[in-house]
Amino acid sequence: MKTNKKNLGISIGLALAIAAPVASADILFWSTQAKPVQEAQAMRTEVLSDYSEAVDYQPNDGGPWQTRLQAELQAGSGSISVLGALHGDFSALSAEDLIDLDDLGVSSASTTFNDLAKLGTADLQYIPWMQATYIMAANKKALAYLPKGADIDALSYDQLIAWAANVHEATGEPKFGFPAGPKGLKHRFFQGYLYPSFTDGVVRTFASDKAVVAWDTFKELWAHTNPASTNFSFMQEQLLNGDAWIVFDHTSRLADAFNERPDDFVAFPAPAGPEGRGFMPVLAGLAIPRTAADVDAAKDLIAYMLKPETQIATLRATGFFPVVDVELPNDLPASVIATGAAVAKMSASADANPGLLPAGLGSMGGDFNRVFVDSFERIVLGGQDVRTVLNDQKKALSKIMKETGAPCWAPDAPSKGACPVE
Amino acid sequence: MKSKFLPYYLIAPVTLFLLCFFVYPFLLVASQAFSSGGDGYSFDNFSEILSYWKFPISLKNTLLLAAAVVPVQVALALLMATMVNRMEKGRDMVLYIWTIPLAISDLAAGIIWLAIFEQSGFLNSMMHALGVIDKPMNLLSYQNMGMVFLAIALAEIWRATAIMMVILVAGIGLIPKEYYEAAEVFGASPWKRFTKITLPLLRPSLQTALLLRVILAFEIFAVVAALGGTLFPVLMGQTYEYQFDLLNSGAASAMALVILAISIAFTIVIMRSLRVPKGIQI
Repeated sequence: MKTNKKNLGISIGLALAIAAPVASADILFWSTQAKPVQEAQAMRTEVLSDYSEAVDYQPNDGGPWQTRLQAELQAGSGSISVLGALHGDFSALSAEDLIDLDDLGVSSASTTFNDLAKLGTADLQYIPWMQATYIMAANKKALAYLPKGADIDALSYDQLIAWAANVHEATGEPKFGFPAGPKGLKHRFFQGYLYPSFTDGVVRTFASDKAVVAWDTFKELWAHTNPASTNFSFMQEQLLNGDAWIVFDHTSRLADAFNERPDDFVAFPAPAGPEGRGFMPVLAGLAIPRTAADVDAAKDLIAYMLKPETQIATLRATGFFPVVDVELPNDLPASVIATGAAVAKMSASADANPGLLPAGLGSMGGDFNRVFVDSFERIVLGGQDVRTVLNDQKKALSKIMKETGAPCWAPDAPSKGACPVE
Repeated sequence: MKSKFLPYYLIAPVTLFLLCFFVYPFLLVASQAFSSGGDGYSFDNFSEILSYWKFPISLKNTLLLAAAVVPVQVALALLMATMVNRMEKGRDMVLYIWTIPLAISDLAAGIIWLAIFEQSGFLNSMMHALGVIDKPMNLLSYQNMGMVFLAIALAEIWRATAIMMVILVAGIGLIPKEYYEAAEVFGASPWKRFTKITLPLLRPSLQTALLLRVILAFEIFAVVAALGGTLFPVLMGQTYEYQFDLLNSGAASAMALVILAISIAFTIVIMRSLRVPKGIQI
């Protein structure tokens, strides 16, 4: 027994000795963005290599990202210096866990973004970092089947359905592609595109008669949608392999298609419904957790990330657009040029009806998304009655809004207190 | 050192390990499942997960899968074990080959079967090349739920039958040859020998093998995630969703306890029905 104890002591000592030197002095940039290997590498070699100090850029999935951050916050000390994540990720955190960044002296050029970054408090909880949105893209082969009189830059939902139907008829296959896979961003289509376009709201109008029309319209579109869409998460793949000719997705999830075969695809604005052309801007931000080892170094890094040169380098690396005023150079990647033009047309269109990111939901953001995903699964995949499903899901939505007390956001009319589901 | 405490010394490290890494986390999970936001204990998490519309579906799917997969695995494992036992030459070789799927992680197994069943997968290309179909079909879609179920069941059978077989091979090896010789003398057919000697004497091993498989069947996750995505909800998938998509640890813990309860219930049933009375040994 004695030798055993001795051995145990030795092995514990050894384990500690091996583990200790791993801790390094690099600034740890803990991010949910630029996760694909190429983008992460570009972040390291193109964006962060010019910074005066060594930065350890570590992108992660949302789950592990949260887990480590929460562990450090609970422990009261940590090695994460800078957080990079979407607005939704930050709004799931408690504002007290993030250091106020007003004294940094940098912020985005958009007051909407700066307001969002306050997370309902009076101070900036994160600094807007980069932005993107969701658009449509099509294979040029599909252009021949555009319905007569339709302008691709100003499509309506009816024209889009007619177009998808024409392609379906001509090729014998449903060629509309929708990111309904497990990692697909389908919920954003419902929250920022379908609902604003048809009901001019998201929460208030969730179970309105107009919402029933919206879902019925979506079902018409689904009839011409590749049924394998329930496995699609990055529509660039289906554009490139030809499984889908007309698609909806996040700009950075379409980028590969444009970069690999720029002459084969076109990007264009999302369609418009009776209440305008709904679309949703996506916002990523930078923050510092209260457990950061060196707050000043972290603040310096954030200031560096907001410089115009860095913002352009970030645009090249990730396909996310700058949030500060910059002059874009001419030699940008094909995807940036194509999607940038479509985004500009979409936001400048006369009937634009932007739907903002859900705000004030705190940690219930996932539950909010689930209301829409569940509605989709029940109505479209399960074939259940639209009115019944909406009345049922309305209860879940109403509970979330009451629990969080989140006020309405655009395009819903402002509310006093929690946004009501009407 | 030959004291009567020696056995306790020897199991102390394992006990300590289990206390630290199993019992303690289990208690934490259990307390998390019964706490809700504020103070005190409540059943809020349980009522939340049980009232969710997908819960009955995922419960049904999990039980159906177990009901379809485990009996097939028992039959196959028995067949394989008796075959291996009869072999004179190359026994080890066959055993090694049959246990290869055991060494593959369940996610990898799911991905292997996805490569077979997906739209541009091996099955489609083969059928296309043979002229059975005009163009690749989408087999794993929401319109084809039977196919999704079949693919998951096949992948599970392929992946996890070997663990039962290994246990049964060991069990069969323990049955004394004398019984078989005596039976042969009295002219018992091979089937008679199997049902009257092998099966009854294999009871302890069968019990272990069944327990292990049934419990693992309720924890099925990665194979389903690879082949069914969100189309085929199962209990474990829902637990993952609560923990990582909804960041709701309370509900995830409650789900975990529900799965534990189901596992315990089935364990009791199996232990009772295949009970080996104490003192009766081979």
